[in-house]
Amino acid sequence: MNIDYSKELPIVQGRLSLGELEDLIAKPMSEKPTPKYYIALAITLTLLMIGATSLGFTFYYGTGLWGNNQPVGWAFDIVNFVFWVGIGHAGTLISAILFLLRQKWRTAIARFAEAMTIFAVMCAGIFPAIHTGRPWLDGWLLPYPNQHGLWVNFTSPLLWDVFAVSTYFTVSAVFWYIGLIPDFAVMRDRTTGKVKKFIYSLFSLGWRHSHRNWQHYEKSYVILAGFATPLVLSVHTIVSFDFAVSIIPGWHTTIFPPYFVAGAIFSGFAMVVTVLVFVRKVFDLENIITIDHLEKMNKVILATGMMVGYAYAMEFFIAWYSGVQFETFVFINRAFGPYAWAYWIMVSCNVIFPQFFWFKKLRRSIPVMMVIVIFVNVGMWFERFVITVTSLHRDFLPSSWGYYVPTIYDFGILIGSFGLFFTLVLLFVKAMPVVAISEIKAVADGAQPTHHGGDH
Amino acid sequence: MERNTKLHGLVALFDTPDQIIHAAEKVSHSGYKDFDVHTPYPVHGMDDAMKLKPSKLGYVTLVFGLSGAAFALLLMWWTMVVDYPMNIGGKPFFSLPAFIPVTFELTVLFATLATVIGMITFFFRFPDNKHPLHDTPYMQAVSRDKYGVFIGASDPKFDVKEVRALFESLGGKKISEIMEIEKTWQDAFNPKFIGILVTTAILVSGGTYFALNKLLYITPFNWMEHQFRGVPQEKSDFFADSRMMREPVAGTVARGHMPYEFKDSVAQPADPVENPLVNSPEIFKLGQKKYLTFCSPCHGDYGDGDSRLNQQFPNPPSLHTTKLRDWKDGNIYHVITNGQNVMPSYSHQMTVKERWAVVSYIRALQKAKNASETEIEQFRKENTSNGN
Repeated sequence: MNIDYSKELPIVQGRLSLGELEDLIAKPMSEKPTPKYYIALAITLTLLMIGATSLGFTFYYGTGLWGNNQPVGWAFDIVNFVFWVGIGHAGTLISAILFLLRQKWRTAIARFAEAMTIFAVMCAGIFPAIHTGRPWLDGWLLPYPNQHGLWVNFTSPLLWDVFAVSTYFTVSAVFWYIGLIPDFAVMRDRTTGKVKKFIYSLFSLGWRHSHRNWQHYEKSYVILAGFATPLVLSVHTIVSFDFAVSIIPGWHTTIFPPYFVAGAIFSGFAMVVTVLVFVRKVFDLENIITIDHLEKMNKVILATGMMVGYAYAMEFFIAWYSGVQFETFVFINRAFGPYAWAYWIMVSCNVIFPQFFWFKKLRRSIPVMMVIVIFVNVGMWFERFVITVTSLHRDFLPSSWGYYVPTIYDFGILIGSFGLFFTLVLLFVKAMPVVAISEIKAVADGAQPTHHGGDH
Repeated sequence: MERNTKLHGLVALFDTPDQIIHAAEKVSHSGYKDFDVHTPYPVHGMDDAMKLKPSKLGYVTLVFGLSGAAFALLLMWWTMVVDYPMNIGGKPFFSLPAFIPVTFELTVLFATLATVIGMITFFFRFPDNKHPLHDTPYMQAVSRDKYGVFIGASDPKFDVKEVRALFESLGGKKISEIMEIEKTWQDAFNPKFIGILVTTAILVSGGTYFALNKLLYITPFNWMEHQFRGVPQEKSDFFADSRMMREPVAGTVARGHMPYEFKDSVAQPADPVENPLVNSPEIFKLGQKKYLTFCSPCHGDYGDGDSRLNQQFPNPPSLHTTKLRDWKDGNIYHVITNGQNVMPSYSHQMTVKERWAVVSYIRALQKAKNASETEIEQFRKENTSNGN
């Protein structure tokens, strides 16, 4: 094949005009939901109710309903937390890091990925909150002057987590909202319904597409992207500190921060692809979210999957090279002990299956990528399970060894978090533009002046 | 929204980004200050065309980012070093490496929030849904795919005919006049608005009260748990000796500790104290228990003076002698309280009530040991329930 690599592929295919782009993206919001939409919503709400019921039982009877035991005091609650925070990282990577790297193809998927970030962090936030056992007292996690006369312990990684995750959520939400302001203005000016107009006006804050505003707006976008980039790296680094700062063999390793960040991007991209494949099909966005974009995401999945695979190998190498008896034991136990099944699910899903993405044909095939990204999602959930549970269940003292079996409530809450996530995704796609309208207009062919400067 | 006849400005629409860049250059070149360009997305090169100065937004970010870092470090230093220092594994109270993550997060949080809030309120003067440009065909066009230029009537150089001519020479389409919006204040007294405001206030204050009071125990709401009161062992500013704990008033007698009248007399008192107890099964039970604990080791289980200490120690007397049986209760109490010969005082082992109970029990033993046949018959008749 003869491909000209000197020229960038067009971001928007099908030679759509600016108005046509806008109509296409705004269509789901102006149409009444179809029965299919309600069926999908019913399914996700059912999942959400399963989770809510399990949580209700947990609140009433306490965390004793979970399978957590001695020595496995951290189990599904922490596994799910790390899993969901990781999912969120893809959105910030796409919206901030790829923006700073001038990857224009990010425009088509950034809005959606950012929304997924926010929803995923919401799902993630549930777990440490309920993990405390008495979630109604979670306000105690914040440093505020209280009558106990106590402060939080600022040297604890668990507290860093409180700051990291709450900052991450706030900044992601603000970043997302800033991107939405011009789009709310677009929706305000094209809608005919009175209620819709009121709501869109309210959220558009009176945006007038004035270039005197665009100037500051673009500046703020760069600033926010500049902050979000180290922030997203710091969040999963701090999540990994929850483990790495302890002294449990299998946790106490310096490779954890980069390893966790790579894993987070890996799992997040897989989740974005999973959902986008449906969204572009259902809402006829194939010309905006093109197969080229999906292919690029699959390349990122391949690269980060290899990083994760490297980390798995390096953990084993260091365990052997350090000569520490306990460390060596933990890793042999991981691969061949009672939780070997979980370990090999993780390795096959995360390291072996993404290798198919070396082939361009498979990378661009929707069914193939669908299967692989779902494997990656499963594998990354198991990675957190392996790290958390297998390290805990056999530590220094053989007399305190144990085995962890999750209960129906553990599964119920996990299912509920998926229900929450997909419910929010479904509501989002009908209420807000899934593609940034003003951004996609700016990168369409012929949208920028022809004779100005040499940089475009 | 009502519009009046006052002119706000003149607008024109253009079809391509090249045209709008050209138009912006011409308008700014002509010396207009109150002009603006409206485009559906930021058009590259427009800053130069409009001769805009670089955005100063970065300074807001810088100042608040540094404030966030300083706030985080000061907060952690004050709480962990000054207000409540805790020894964690002998590490220094101010352990900077451990403070870095929170410092970083708060820097980012302060910087981004200040940038966004500052931009929206201070740079944009938003929210502003009552701007004259809203709800015009012009705004709908630039919102979608057209590029527009606006020149405000407040510009000193503004002249309707001149501006219109300028727009026409640039190739502008749909040149139109935008009228000012009638400003009214009645919105603030709209019953719906006031209703929403009141409901919001009640919900927010109620929620805040609940959260602060019931969940967080924050200082202003402490349910009167901090009060001005004397706490034992604490310093007092009120009393001269600076001690919160006070001595009882001279001559105070604690309940159940009335001093014994003949405490210092070895000899039996001529007029002994009366037994204050009324006999009952409970009193005999108590007396029996105390008797078997303190008296029986010497006097024997039934008061015969035949315990296993017999012959190993000055022989304790029997409690069934005529002398003792003729004694009044007060005499026995006197011996238990003060001791006699080698028998020590039992006033520290037994309370006043217990001593009198022992006296009652001894009386019962004496009665049992020295009962006449008729009395025994009488007792049997009264208690035939157990066979004979």
